[in-house]
Amino acid sequence: MLRLISLAVLVLVFWLGTRRLRLIPTRGQSVVELGLGFVRNNIAYEMLGEKDGKRFLPLLTTIFFVVLFCNITGVVPLLNLGSTSVIGLPLVLAIAAYVAFIYAGLKKHPGAFLKNSLFPSGVPWPLYILLTPIEFISTFVIRPITLTLRLMMNMFVGHMMLVLLFSATHFFLLGAPWAMKAIGVGTLGAAFAFTLFEVMVSVLQAYIFAVLTAVYIQLALAEEH
Amino acid sequence: MTRNVVIEAAGENILIPAPYDIIWSAVVFFVALLLFWKLVLPKLQKLLDERAAAIEGGIKKAEEAQAEAAAALEKYNAELAKAREEAAGIRETARANAAKLEAELKEQANEEASRIIANAQSRIESERSSAAAELRREVGTLALDLSEKVVGESLTDDKASAIVDRFLADLEAQEAGR
Repeated sequence: MLRLISLAVLVLVFWLGTRRLRLIPTRGQSVVELGLGFVRNNIAYEMLGEKDGKRFLPLLTTIFFVVLFCNITGVVPLLNLGSTSVIGLPLVLAIAAYVAFIYAGLKKHPGAFLKNSLFPSGVPWPLYILLTPIEFISTFVIRPITLTLRLMMNMFVGHMMLVLLFSATHFFLLGAPWAMKAIGVGTLGAAFAFTLFEVMVSVLQAYIFAVLTAVYIQLALAEEH
Repeated sequence: MTRNVVIEAAGENILIPAPYDIIWSAVVFFVALLLFWKLVLPKLQKLLDERAAAIEGGIKKAEEAQAEAAAALEKYNAELAKAREEAAGIRETARANAAKLEAELKEQANEEASRIIANAQSRIESERSSAAAELRREVGTLALDLSEKVVGESLTDDKASAIVDRFLADLEAQEAGR
């Protein structure tokens, strides 16, 4: 349900934001362009270069904004929960990133991709006994798991902190004896600070998720690892 | 809703997704992907291209205007130079004309002067000669009259004129000798 609200907001912002694009941008258009331009220039083009960046731009843009919009609901009053703090959405996005970088690698180096990934060149062959399982696990097993868990746990823990601080505030201010109300003021302040922190974490996690996806794609596209 | 999700997440293993979780997440992902892929990013790309074209067009227009201005300036300068040249030519012609006119006038004046001088000279000459002839005649007659009176007789014309002539010739010779 929460995801669908986020999605609706996202669709609304970008659909309305790009419905009438003008050469000389209006204020709203500037904001939308700023967001899209950030993903385009600071993530896609910087990591992948202009040609490959353009190919994977839809995926990276989607990942960035879906994560951002679903994260930010964690600090929106009445919603109070990021849909990224349950495992489903992070997992779906991680799988998308996983599919994307394997696809990119196989398309660029058909045949050589798996070999390059699992048997790094310039290493004496007996080391492959040790290296190949490590490479396999780190590239094909760990990557999607870390992507998923990093996002999910960040949001989950942030949510827990906010729940804790808000319920403590509620308890101390309304249910506790006079002397303890001071603590409630402290927890309210902390909750306020944490809310701002969560906003930052929301943006940061969206950025990290998109950048890591771009990095994985870039590594897959590179000639040799 | 918030409480429900938290309790549910805490009660079960939070790392194992529920089917509805995966399905709706996938729906969200694909809808967003389609939105960006098919609608937002192509539009943005088109806009950026258009903007770049507009900027390039503006730059080109400015360059054209600059070239035009430079051409106009050049033309103006050329015309100015031409006008200057023309003026110099006119001045030169005027000066030459004036010099020519002056020379002509001078020549005319000289001619006139020499003609006047020549006229005067010839007139003087003729008057002098006629005066001399008159004088000679009158001197002859006077001398004869005087001599007649002195001598008391008439001298024949032939003789008298011969004497007068000789006398005058002597006079002239004397004058020449002096």
